[in-house]
Amino acid sequence: MSPRATTGARAAGGTADYLDQRTGIGLAVKSFARKIFPDHWSFLLGEIALYSFVVLLITGVFLTLFFVPSMGVVTYDGPLATMRGQEMSEAFASTLHLSFEVTGGLLMRQIHHWAALLFMASIITHMMRVFFTGAFRTPREVNWLVGFVLMILGLAAGFTGYSLPDDVLSGNGLRITDGVVKSIPIIGSYLSYFIFGGEFPGEHIIPRLFTVHILLVPALILALVGLHLFFVVLHKHTQYPGPGRTDRNVVGYPLFPVYVAKAGGFFFVVFGVLALMGATMTINPVWNYGPYDPSPVSAGAQPDWYMLFLEGALRLMPGQGTEWVIGGFTLSLNVLVPAVVVPGLLFTALALYPFIEAFATGDKREHHVLDRPRNAPVRTASGVAILTAFFVLILAGSNDLLATHFDLAINDITNVFRALLFVAPVVAFWATKRIALGLQRKDRELVLHGHETGRIVRFAHGEYVEVHKPLDDYERWLRVQHEPRRPIEILPAEDERGVRRKGYRRDLLRQRVSRFFYEDRVEPVTPRELAAAHSHGAHDSLPTEGSAPAQIGSDGAHRGPDDEPETTDSTRIDVVHG
Amino acid sequence: MSNEPTSADLTVHDGEHALPERFEDPGLGPHVARVGDTDPAAAKRSERQVVAMFGLSVLGTVGFLVAYFVVPADGTVEGVRLSNLLLGLGLFLAMFSIGIAAVHWAKTLMSDHERVEARHPQRSDAATREAAVAVLQEGAKDSGIGRRGVLKGAVVSAVALAPLSIAVPLIGEVGGDWNVSKFRHTVWTKGRKLARDPNGTPIKASEVTVGSVFHVIPEGLEEEEHWIEEKAKAVVLMVRLDPAVLKEAPERKDWSYEGIVAYSKICTHVGCPVALYEQQTHHLLCPCHQSTFDMADGAKVVFGPANRALPQLPITVDDEGYLVAQSDFHEPIGPSYWERLK
Repeated sequence: MSPRATTGARAAGGTADYLDQRTGIGLAVKSFARKIFPDHWSFLLGEIALYSFVVLLITGVFLTLFFVPSMGVVTYDGPLATMRGQEMSEAFASTLHLSFEVTGGLLMRQIHHWAALLFMASIITHMMRVFFTGAFRTPREVNWLVGFVLMILGLAAGFTGYSLPDDVLSGNGLRITDGVVKSIPIIGSYLSYFIFGGEFPGEHIIPRLFTVHILLVPALILALVGLHLFFVVLHKHTQYPGPGRTDRNVVGYPLFPVYVAKAGGFFFVVFGVLALMGATMTINPVWNYGPYDPSPVSAGAQPDWYMLFLEGALRLMPGQGTEWVIGGFTLSLNVLVPAVVVPGLLFTALALYPFIEAFATGDKREHHVLDRPRNAPVRTASGVAILTAFFVLILAGSNDLLATHFDLAINDITNVFRALLFVAPVVAFWATKRIALGLQRKDRELVLHGHETGRIVRFAHGEYVEVHKPLDDYERWLRVQHEPRRPIEILPAEDERGVRRKGYRRDLLRQRVSRFFYEDRVEPVTPRELAAAHSHGAHDSLPTEGSAPAQIGSDGAHRGPDDEPETTDSTRIDVVHG
Repeated sequence: MSNEPTSADLTVHDGEHALPERFEDPGLGPHVARVGDTDPAAAKRSERQVVAMFGLSVLGTVGFLVAYFVVPADGTVEGVRLSNLLLGLGLFLAMFSIGIAAVHWAKTLMSDHERVEARHPQRSDAATREAAVAVLQEGAKDSGIGRRGVLKGAVVSAVALAPLSIAVPLIGEVGGDWNVSKFRHTVWTKGRKLARDPNGTPIKASEVTVGSVFHVIPEGLEEEEHWIEEKAKAVVLMVRLDPAVLKEAPERKDWSYEGIVAYSKICTHVGCPVALYEQQTHHLLCPCHQSTFDMADGAKVVFGPANRALPQLPITVDDEGYLVAQSDFHEPIGPSYWERLK
C-alpha cells in the first residue's frame, strides 16, 4: 500500500483482506468484476422483469405489515363515509385501512399492482425477444424452460395477489375459477373443495391465497430467478450479429463499472417509473367496488391484462351443444376447452418450441450469435401467429368494453372474434413469412448492388444508370454472416440390398418438419455472387470525376461530353422521362 | 477492384476460383470517439449534468418527507389522492434521478471501448467426463448398492413412503368435510318467503309490477350458519312478464305466479351472478362472459358460452300475499360438474 493512500482506501483494503482470508472472495472478484456483457436495448426487457420483481418484494413487505388476511366479518367503522356500517371481511377492511389511513399505503398498493402488471408484461416481451432472436437454441434450452416456469409462476403470483383484497370484482374472479375447476372431469368437485376448503367461498380462501402469494410463489420465483441468472453467467450472454462477434467470443463492456452503473441505474429508472404510475394512475380502487358479496356484479368487469386471454377464450366458446353427458356424467367442453385445453396447448407449444426446432434442424452446435428475425422466417411467423391468437383472445376478453366504446353489438363482435381466432393466426403466419423473406431479399439486393445514391449518370452511348455505392465490409457482414439453413436430406427407406432401414420413419418426420421450416428460403449472398454482380453491373459504381458519359442537367437538357459532369437526384430524372 | 466495364474484367470474375464459400468476418470496426473523449469541456459538462441529476434525487427525497409530514392520509378520498400524488412524485424524482444519473455517467464518462472475451464450449472435455464417470462408479462401488439389492429396495420404499405422513393429513383436512353433495341443495324450502337483496324484507306479489326486476334472497338468510355459502347458491332473479309473452313448459305451468317468474341468478357457465336485465327484450345478460338468457322462455340460452337454461325456482303466494318458494330448485344451480346428474 502506498504511503499516500487515503483513509478510505486503507479501510477498503483492510475489509477486502479480512473477507478474502475468510471467503477467498478475491477469486470471484477477479473472475466476475470485469466479465463482459454485450449491449442491446432488447436485453433490458429481462432486466425490467427482474427489477419490477424487486419493487414487488419491497412494496409487498410494506403491504403485509398492514394487510389482515382474514375472512372474519367485521362492520366497517373507519373514516370512509361510503363504506361506514357495511359488513365486510377483515381482508377488505384492512385494505381500506392501509389505503386511507396509512400515509403512503395507497402509494405502495398502487406501485405494487402496477409493478405486477409490468412484471408480466416484461416477462412476456422478454420471452418474445428470446424467441424471435433464437436465443433459446443450444445450450440455452434448459434456461428457456426455467424462464417458462417463471412466467407461469408470475401468472400464479398475479392471480393470487389480485384476489386478496376480497372485493366484489376479484371475488367474482374467484367464482369463475371455481366454475372452471368444477368443469374438470372426475376430480372437479373435489378440486374445488381442495382450493376453497369446502363450499365456495368458505372462509379459507383468502388466508390460503395469502400464504401462496407471499411465501410459496415468491420463494419459487426467487430460486428460479437465481437459477435463470446463474445460467446467463454460465453460458455468457448471447450477442446480436455484427463485425467481430462470433459463437466463440463475447463482445461488450465490463460488468464493473459499466453495467454496475447502467443496470444498477436502470433499477432506479424502473422503480421511478413505477412510482410515477402509482402516483398518477389509480389502479384497482376497491373502495368503489365494495366488499365481496355473492350477489352483485359490475358490468365491464375485466381481470388484469395477463388473464384476459383466458377470459377471452371463455367468452368466445359457443355454449350450445358443447356440454356432453356421457353415461350420466357431465363433460363441460364449453368451459374445459377454453379454460384448460386452449391454454394447455398454447403453453405446451411454447415450452417445447426449442426442442421442435432442434428436431427440424438436427443442429447440435452451440449458438451464441442471435438470429435476425428475418433470417428465420418460419420461426418468426410461428411466433407472430401465436401472438396474434393471444391478442385476439385479449381483445375478446374486452368485447364488452369494445361494444360500449364503439357502439357495436356484443354478438357481432363475439362472432367476428370467433372467426378471427382461427383465421388471423394463419394470415399473420403467411404475411410474416413473406415479409421476412422479402427483407432477406432486400438484404441480398443491398449487398449485391449497394446503396442507391440518387446520382444518375448517362453514358456516351446514351444509357442512363443510377450510381450505387457498395456496402463497406462492416455493413455487408451483418447481411451475409448467417448460415443458410436448408431442409435436411435423409437416407432412402431401403438400403442398397433392399432392406428397410431402421429409423426411417423418424427421419421422414424430421424431413417433413425440416421442409416446413426451410423449404422457402433466401440464402445470403456469397462472395462469388457478389463478384458476379459486380462484373455484370460494374457501371453501377462508376466514379463521377472524369467519366466519359454525359449526365442529365438539372434543366433536363442534354449536354455534350465537354461539359462539366453534374449529378442530379433521382427525382429529377422523372422530369426528363415525363 | 476496377470499376471499368471492360471485357477483361468479366473474364476475371467468371474464372474466379479463389473466392471462399462465405464472406469473412471483418472483425471489430474502428472505435468512434464520443465528444467527451476528445473535448475535456464536454466531459466536464457531462459530469455537471450527472451531479445535477443526483442533486435532483436528493430534492425528491426531501419532497417526499415534506409531503409525508405535511399531507398525511386523512381518510377522505380527496385527501388521500393528494397525499398519494405528492408522495409518488417525490419517490419518482428520488428514484428516477438516481437511475438517469448513473446511466448518463456510464454512457458519457465511462470507457466505451468494446472488449472481447473468449467463450468455451459448455461440454466438458473427454478426460473430465471419463473422470466424472469413474468417480461416480467408485462411489457406487464404495456404497455397495449394486451388490445389496434388498438395501436398495429398502431405501426406495422408505423414502417414497415417508412423505405420506405430510400428504395424508393435508389432503384429508384441506377440503373441509369433502361432502361435495352440498352443491345439489340450496336453503329454499316450501313456503320460504322471497325477500329483497340485500335488506331481506319479504316481497308481496302485488308489489311486483309488470317489467320490474327483483334481486331476491331467501328470507332469514343471515341467520343461516353458513350464510355466505348459502347466499352464493340461493340468489334469485325475479321478474314479472306480460303473460302474453311468457312461454312456459306444460310441466312448469304452476311454477310461476301471474307472470312472475324466478330463476337462479348463478350462471350455468362458470357461476357469475347474471345481473343485467333488459326489459324490452326480456333478455338477461351475464356481464362476465355475455351468456344471454331469455326470461320469457324458460331462461333458455340465446347467446354466449353457457349451455343450459338457468334453473327455475317454483313460486307461489302465501295467505298474506307474500311470494314464497314451492320447493328447492329441481336441479343443481350454477356451473356444470362431472357428477351433476348422478
